[in-house]
Order: sequence, then C-alpha cells, then structure tokens
Amino acid sequence: MKVLVSVKRVVDFNVKVRVKADGTGVETANVKMSMNPFDEIAVEEAVRLKEAGVATEIVVVSCGVQACQETLRTALAIGADRAILVETPSGETSELQPLAVAKLLKAVCEREKPQLVIMGKQAIDDDSNQTGQMLAGLLGWAQATFASKISLEKDTAVVTREVDGGLETDAIKLPAVVTTDLRLNEPRYVTLPNIMKAKKKALEVLRPDALGVDVTPRLATLKVVEPAKRKAGVKVADARALVDKLRNDAKVI
Amino acid sequence: MAVLVVAEHDNRSLRKATLNAVAAAQKLRSDIHVLIAGHEAGAAARAAAQIAGVAKVLHADAPQLRDFLAENVAAVVCSVAKSYSHLLAPSTSNAKNVMPRVAALLDVQQISDIVAVEGADTFVRPIYAGNALATVKSKDPIKVITVRTTAFDAASAAGGSASVEKLAAPADSGLSSFIGREVSKSERPELTAAKIIVSGGRGMASGENFTKVLEPLADRLGAAMGASRAAVDAGFVPNDWQVGQTGKIVAPELYVAVGISGAIQHLAGMKDSRVIVAINKDEEAPIFQVADYGVVGDLFQIVPTLVEELKK
Repeated sequence: MKVLVSVKRVVDFNVKVRVKADGTGVETANVKMSMNPFDEIAVEEAVRLKEAGVATEIVVVSCGVQACQETLRTALAIGADRAILVETPSGETSELQPLAVAKLLKAVCEREKPQLVIMGKQAIDDDSNQTGQMLAGLLGWAQATFASKISLEKDTAVVTREVDGGLETDAIKLPAVVTTDLRLNEPRYVTLPNIMKAKKKALEVLRPDALGVDVTPRLATLKVVEPAKRKAGVKVADARALVDKLRNDAKVI
Repeated sequence: MAVLVVAEHDNRSLRKATLNAVAAAQKLRSDIHVLIAGHEAGAAARAAAQIAGVAKVLHADAPQLRDFLAENVAAVVCSVAKSYSHLLAPSTSNAKNVMPRVAALLDVQQISDIVAVEGADTFVRPIYAGNALATVKSKDPIKVITVRTTAFDAASAAGGSASVEKLAAPADSGLSSFIGREVSKSERPELTAAKIIVSGGRGMASGENFTKVLEPLADRLGAAMGASRAAVDAGFVPNDWQVGQTGKIVAPELYVAVGISGAIQHLAGMKDSRVIVAINKDEEAPIFQVADYGVVGDLFQIVPTLVEELKK
C-alpha cells in the first residue's frame, strides 16, 4: 500500500513568536523553523506502517518555498522513501492557505494514487485545522480526523479518534485521509546515518501551475496584533490568604 | 440572505456551544436559521426553535446522520449552503471535522475559530497558539466559519419560537461507518461549560494524586477537572481533559492551575479565564505571569489546606 504524508515547515514550537511592528504578520526572519509537530507524528506513523509490512512506499509532500526541502529531508531521514516539493516563490505573496494546499495535494494524489494519506490535524502557525478534511472532501474520499490509533485492513482503516467527550472509533473505506492527534505515537529521533541516507533519496520539485492549481489566497490579512496581555497578579502567602482574595477581592467563590 | 448555524447536539439535547455560535451569528444582523442534522433528534430541533433570535430550524433526520460522520453531515450542509451568506458552527470536535469538508466542497476558504466579528466579511481569529490575533477579510461568496465558543456570550436558550422545517438528507455516502464511542463518564460539569476548573499538570506526579489531592478541591468548588498536555501525555488522566492549543479552549470564571508550569500551548487554552490561580513550587514558572493569584510552594501541602480553608 502506498502512503502519502504531507508536511509543513513552521516556526519551531519552542519559539516565542513576535508580532511585527507594522502589524502585517509575525516575525519569521532569523527564527528557527521546524516540521509541524503533528506532521512529524504523521511521518512516524507511516514509517511504522512500513516497518510492519503494511505500507510499501511512503511519499512525503510539502507545499511552500524552497526552504521546505529541509523539512522534506527530515521526513526522509525519519524513513519516508521519496519527496515532492510543490514550490511557490518566496516573498510576502507566497502565503498558501489551507484550501490551496488541499488542491495542490489533490493534484499530487491524482498522480501518485496513494491508498492512504496521513496528515497532521493542525499546523501550529495558522492553527486552522482544515487541510486534511478539505483534501478528503475534494477527492470524495473518507476522512478520519484527530487519530490516536490507526489499524489497517485490506480495504478499510479502523481509526480511533480523539473527540470532545472521549474517544470515537470509525471504520473508513480506503483510499482515505487520516489526520493525526498527539497521542498517535511518539516520533523517533533522526540519527546521523539516516540523515546521510536521506540526502541521497529522490526529491522532485513541481510548480503549482504545472499542477493546474490556482493558489491565490481567499483571505486577506488586514492586520495582526498582539493580544491584550494579562497583568501578572499578586503572590499570596498561603491557602488562607488565597481563599480570602478569592472570596473578598475577586468574589469568584 | 440568512445565515445558517450548524448545531452541536447529541440527538437528545442541544449542546450549549450552539448558543455561542448563535451569538456570533447575531453579530451579522441577518435572519438566523439553525440546522439540526441527526437521527431521532426532534427534541434538539425543538430546543433550537426556542433559542432567542432564531427564525427557522432545518431538521434533517436520517439513520446515517446519527453519529455525525463528516461525509454524511457535510452533504446535508452543502445541500442548503447556497441559500446562505454565512455558515457558522461552534469549534467543537464535530464541527472541526465537518466544516472544512463543507468549505472545500463549496470551494471556500474556511475561517477557523473566530473570536470577533468585525463586519459581514471581516473576522478576528487567533494564530500561533493565541500569541497573535489576525484580522482577516474573506473574498468568498459564502463564508464558512467556526466560532471559538469562549469568545461569545451564549444566546438565550429561551424566548424564540422558530418554525421547524424538515430537510431531506442525501443518501449515506457509504465511505465511513461508526463503530463505537468511549465517553468519559463524570458527574462533574463539562470542561468547556464549567464556571470553575481545577487543572493539574506534571507536578501532580501521578494519576492517583489527581484523585487523592485534586478531586477533593474540585468537589469543594463544584468544578470541572482539566489537565495540561504534560499530565495527559504522562498518562495521569484521559486525553479529553487536556486544556490547550490543541486540546480544549476554556474561559471559566475561575481557573485553578495546580502543578502546571504554563507552557505556551497550555496558556493558549485558558488565558481568557476571568480569574486565574496558580499553585506551583517554582516561583519562576511562566504560569505566574498570567495568574491573578499565585501561591509558591508544595501543592501536596497547599491543596489540602485550601480544601480545609474553603470549608470554613
């Protein structure tokens, strides 16, 4: 079974992002970039499926600027077999919104014909949580979002999903799109030999227009601001003083 | 044109999150219709008709809608979407599952998790775990929106008298089927609806301590219980307790963070709470930067004393 995984290059989760002074976005120059953590879980899951003899080939795809090649190399070092970059020009106009990414991935899926697409449930930069569901919709495929367990049978996947009240298990017909939640697995560390090996793996570069996809953003960002900061409060000495504050000052109990 | 709110319900009753989505819809100053897609969900449809300001309820009832599978629910929403200027739903796990599929089928870029309505096409939404707020303007003919429930005060559940209209559901997609659900059973208030939340982190050290140390405090306060990602990842408590960027977003009257250091992604889920209390032994912990009241010290001593003090 061929598995396709998509990965996004985002500001590293440890970076404290800063809003640009001109209010056009957040500072991304000279900031550490990494693979979106949920996508790392997606790559890891695909590699485990291959190690279990279920997946035969893992194709990893990223959409974005040239620097996304680094992210793809990381995925190859985790264990993906080959990579595709759908490259967009760099600069302020390069923003790809979830619908555009879903359309690009649809075009790639039509070429690659995977049986299963695994994606992160959400990117930690725009926090949209859309692309997987959109791709499934565009392809007319089944979807299982927020997966904490995936087991594959011949024509179906049985997926346990993290939902508001607990866990839900659905069976979906393949081909399908599955999006990962945090507890699906714990991604492995990439080793130096695997990083070296990844450099030799194939990485194909495509252009959005060659795929026939219009990636013009539908949402215009008018401004980006910092949220109102909470004022740090006061430290109180002990439980008694705390109860007094909550009862008499905050009047919340 | 009217706006459509896709209701969150469990086939028996309407979830409160629906009222928050209706409140966001009210800011658009158009007629509001509510869609109930489910099976044998007549009671939920009648409840929706009572919501203040709702003009019409569309009720799609079919066995294939019972478990809210995205493929089938999206088909229902799409069947009526063209009659509306806006489609809104609360940011629940069901709506997060369904609405982007709807948006893609309509060729629309969804606007996720809005916290303010600035105009018919302009909305504010948090990005980067709430570390920035983006104002975005949509160029799409239909706006597909999910609503951060904590950002909008619930519309009144009573006072309306909307008509309920039957809506035919498209056939089962046959793409997916529901197998089962493990619902966490609890006598406590639901996390996203609770007025007070007592939340534990890695500092709790074990699941047993949640029961022994934190539960008495939650009982005393009539609070829901939550947890940080660290506590959930460590297996102390179930995943649906997680508060944070990728867990639940909450904004209670009082949030008590116990043994939680205050990672960015946790703060993203609770920093809009009215009053925040932090109990942590590390006085440098970032949680103190957002806490209204902080107590530095050993939680295993402070929390039991706190319970005693609350009895007085």
